[in-house]
Amino acid sequence: MIGAVFAVLRRDLRLALRQGADSLMVVAFFVITVALFPFGVGPEITVLERISAGVVWVTALLAAMLSLDRLFQTDYEDGSLDLLTLTPTPTMAIVLGKVAAHWLTTGLPLIVASPVLALLLHMRPEGYGVLLTAMALGTPTLSLIGAVGAALVLGARRGGVLLSLLVLPLYIPVLVFGVSAVDAAVMGLESQAQLMILGAMLLAALVLCPWAASAALRQAVE
Amino acid sequence: MSAAPRSAPPPSPAHTATSRFEGGFEGRGLICIRSERIVFAHLDLALSAGEALLLLGPNGSGKSSLLRLMAGLLRPAGGKLAWHDGPVADEPERHRARTRYVGHTDAIKPVLSARENLTFWARVCAGPDDTRADLDTRVAAALDRLTLSHLADVPGRMLSAGQKRRLNLARLLAAPAPLWLMDEPTTALDVGSIAILEEILAEHRARGGMIALSTHQPVTLPEARVLNLDDYAVEQAGAWGLPGNAHPDEEMPV
Repeated sequence: MIGAVFAVLRRDLRLALRQGADSLMVVAFFVITVALFPFGVGPEITVLERISAGVVWVTALLAAMLSLDRLFQTDYEDGSLDLLTLTPTPTMAIVLGKVAAHWLTTGLPLIVASPVLALLLHMRPEGYGVLLTAMALGTPTLSLIGAVGAALVLGARRGGVLLSLLVLPLYIPVLVFGVSAVDAAVMGLESQAQLMILGAMLLAALVLCPWAASAALRQAVE
Repeated sequence: MSAAPRSAPPPSPAHTATSRFEGGFEGRGLICIRSERIVFAHLDLALSAGEALLLLGPNGSGKSSLLRLMAGLLRPAGGKLAWHDGPVADEPERHRARTRYVGHTDAIKPVLSARENLTFWARVCAGPDDTRADLDTRVAAALDRLTLSHLADVPGRMLSAGQKRRLNLARLLAAPAPLWLMDEPTTALDVGSIAILEEILAEHRARGGMIALSTHQPVTLPEARVLNLDDYAVEQAGAWGLPGNAHPDEEMPV
């Protein structure tokens, strides 16, 4: 079973690397959208500093969401999904492999890009470490929750819009604690509690989301 | 491995490709309902080792639905499927390990080479004691059998429809299982490839494998049982006025 999970992970990574534009576009979207804010709200350092954590997080959320439709869609269209749900490996494990590949190709690049963007928005230096930790705990949760949404909208017309309506509300808890962890650190307070809650959300999502997504996939192939 | 000195070598998993399959598969009282239309009802079928079942019937008579139902993609609205040693519903994972499904789509990734595509499916369907070397051997043998060896490193997007179909069929050899469910496997195949497919089907049956196959083209399946889906159709006022297609998305007027 572990072998099958790694086979799925490896295949998805290979697919992402060979059609690298997808991953690149997610990061480019993240960078460009964040770069728009200084133009929109003006270059005052105090303002940018104040909103930096929120802007980075909201944009990361949107960027992660943009990449979700390709998580199952191509497999659904070319018939791979039928065959994947028919392998002896439990569908949950296959979902986990696909989510891991999705996180490695979108979540991880977002984490790498975020300090650069924080710098652009004049985030105080105390915030950087916590921002990275919070993103590391939060982005896998985004991929996991997103997988449920992506599985649910398979076969729907205008799936992309529906997907954002389904998934964005579920991203709010991650956003709230992700931003408040960074804000606390910037104000010189403890941010351990927020990070632990982000960790708890990750663990809960790790258990519940593959299960929900696999149920949705079974429904989709029917 | 046990510590027993010089014990007989464990049966090589490559063996499973050539060893005999045992057991039988049956369905009783199957009912299939798609978008509130009864596709077929009270359908019984049985396959024992080495047997083949040929599904006949006009478009929309439920051949694809029956195969998807046998594969476990569709849940029957009534009736049950069982192997000789227990119902499918009790151990769906065991059922999936014993079943290979060939549908209308070939599930081939355009950016992966033919070999990579096939190796992936061999890996996800591999049994617990298949080693990587076994898988590679089986993949190479399967490519060779379907005369795809010279295309092994060609990306999926460069393959023709017939070559894609052959690659999809190679999956049956790269990941052996007793029950093959094939939905119009001859689509896009040329005469030579159909002859190869017929040989492969005969070899599979000689090993004790079972086949359920739907087709509109003549395929030689000696002594196959014939199941005519029309015999199980239920007279009803058609919900959409027309005999529906197997896929609900296609029959729903939007």
